[in-house]
Amino acid sequence: MGAFSPEMRERAENLLTLYPKRRSALIPLCHLAQEQAGHLTSPLMEEIAELTGVTPAEVYGTASFYDMLHTEQVGKFLVGVCTNVACLLQGGGELLEHAEASLGVAAGGTTEDEMFTLEEVECVAHCDKAPAVQVNYRFFGPLTGESFDDLIAKLRAGEYDGVVPPHGTLTRVTRENGIEVPLDEVLAERKEMDRAKAERKAAAEAAKEGN
Amino acid sequence: MEQTNQVPKIVTSRIGLEESWGIKTYLATGGYTALRKALTTMTPEQVADEVSKSNLLGRGGAGFEVGRKWSMLKPGPVRYLVVNGDESEPATFKDHMLIENDPHQIVEGTLISAYAVGAARAFIFVRGEFALGLERLQAAVNEAYAYGAIGRNIFGSGFSVDLVVHPGAGAYICGEETALLESLEGKRGFPRIKPPYFPAVIGLYGEPTIVNNVESMSNIPWIVNNGGASFAALGVGRSTGTRIFALAGHVNRPGNYEVEMAKLTFRDLVERPEYGGGMRLGRQVKAFIPGGVSAPWFAPDQLDIPLSQDDVAKAGSMLGSGSIVMMDDHTCMVRAAWRIAKFFWRESCGQCTPCREGSGWIEKMMRRIEQGAGREADLDLLMDACDNISPGVAWPPQQTTICVLGPSIPSSVASAIRMFRDEFLVHIKEGGCPYE
Ligand SMILES: Cc1cc2nc3c(=O)[nH]c(=O)nc-3n(C[C@H](O)[C@H](O)[C@H](O)COP(=O)(O)O)c2cc1C
Ligand code: SF4
Ligand code: FES
Repeated sequence: MGAFSPEMRERAENLLTLYPKRRSALIPLCHLAQEQAGHLTSPLMEEIAELTGVTPAEVYGTASFYDMLHTEQVGKFLVGVCTNVACLLQGGGELLEHAEASLGVAAGGTTEDEMFTLEEVECVAHCDKAPAVQVNYRFFGPLTGESFDDLIAKLRAGEYDGVVPPHGTLTRVTRENGIEVPLDEVLAERKEMDRAKAERKAAAEAAKEGN
Repeated sequence: MEQTNQVPKIVTSRIGLEESWGIKTYLATGGYTALRKALTTMTPEQVADEVSKSNLLGRGGAGFEVGRKWSMLKPGPVRYLVVNGDESEPATFKDHMLIENDPHQIVEGTLISAYAVGAARAFIFVRGEFALGLERLQAAVNEAYAYGAIGRNIFGSGFSVDLVVHPGAGAYICGEETALLESLEGKRGFPRIKPPYFPAVIGLYGEPTIVNNVESMSNIPWIVNNGGASFAALGVGRSTGTRIFALAGHVNRPGNYEVEMAKLTFRDLVERPEYGGGMRLGRQVKAFIPGGVSAPWFAPDQLDIPLSQDDVAKAGSMLGSGSIVMMDDHTCMVRAAWRIAKFFWRESCGQCTPCREGSGWIEKMMRRIEQGAGREADLDLLMDACDNISPGVAWPPQQTTICVLGPSIPSSVASAIRMFRDEFLVHIKEGGCPYE
């Protein structure tokens, strides 16, 4: 039995076909693993290693470089308060302090009920709505302490379930087509394009010399 | 300076339309006509020629001519095109908007460019945090496949190409083009040493590769439909066409504004009612960042500089990522510069000693000053630390590191110290922040 569910395994295998080299699918597969389990478990990393042709340590080493990939359990909702410069200017620092007090955890911590992991994040490119907050990579802003608490209450009550999927689900749209065009076919085509280009160039030069 | 009314919206024309991200809206507003025109009536060189004529400058930060970059692509049997949608330069939010609201335009620009450079496959690398953007872009690719714009024998032209949407996983450094390629190969995002690893020579999987920004790609359909000369007729000098400026900070109307290059000044953008609408609460400008947090700051007397790549460079900074951050006279400059230093410290990939160690020292010293525990000697130490990262602390910066994240670290810290030394001294003498 693999660590990926049969459905996820199928999606993983489809992703592998999109790249000329298997290892390129490593990060997309990590996202799939998080979609299934919320974080990267050892068995999942081992299966990703097998699928992409690297060692489990390489999967772990690569994943640990990236902020979005978690090798430890995190809350159902990852709440990231941006305190980078545009948000800072509009009270992002104060909003983070409020969030810490309100959720009862310091940035980096998870609430006891495992609903929320609070993070201080860098700019999430939502700066015209500063101060901005991301919840499982869906964006909200501008927020005050009050509207932050309101957002948390609604998340807890499930009112945002349609907008904010559980942590790990990055995109709810999957690719419908596999590789439509085999690479060797494309390469033969490119060779033909290059040949035609050389011919046009030669013709143009011949015409120039003829003048 | 007068902005004429006829300036077209080249890349933001669909923003705000109903379901602007769907193919129905896209086709109803001229979508995929440029791809059809390019593939069925033009040779790849003719497309590249129009792009060269347009003098489109890359919109990702470095401002390199797109046409010239294409012409530098090393010939080879396999060539790749990679589109950079990693947008994570703080206070930059234009690519995010384009990906969410007009993904088909990016797809079309990418396909045309793939044709022009003969790419065997194209990848659009999207910042992992842009979940909605990833959904809409993937949906757009699915729709474009069904429509026949991607895949085999597109529009019966004999040209085939596949396009893959690839998610990142959260790391600012992956916006740097060689780090992005490493990441796309499934590795940590460590920038590669240039030379020899110029993507156009040794890129993705070691093959010649073009890397262009999302906004750069979004301009391509218009250029093909209207001709490079029409694009070059807009703007001034080398700064042609229009550009999106992401205006943030203490203005009444922060937002993305597409304007003709070089025709408006920073002041126009900040003050005009259709753009920034003036400073919040009627306050005064204290300083502003003209092109992302990697750029040196400008003072209020530089508000009349035109939004042109060359004018801003001449004045000692850059338009960079197209982000403008306004700071009013109630802003603590120490805190602002400290937060930017902290960002670089968090995001340094750690390969080069000056960047890794320097960013850490600077962050610590800046924090100490902001919290009231600094010493006057710290200011010289800070400038020394900046000098260690980028000798001379000048603009354009000297580079001693693998990539330009390193030399970007001193920009804001050195600007703050040079422009607001008094404010640092107040923090030090009073043992705390005067703005709290
Ligand atoms: C630290 C760093 C971060 C960067 N981030 C981005 C980015 O998020 N998006 C982008 O398009 N270019 C970014 N760039 C610039 C790219 O390296 C590259 O120049 C650009 O994608 C080329 O596209 P263009 O020529 O169309 O502008 C970054 C560069 C550096 C050094
Ligand atoms: S300059 Fe900094 S970010 Fe760039 S390669 Fe060196 S350590 Fe990494
Ligand atoms: S600075 Fe906070 S979203 Fe950009």
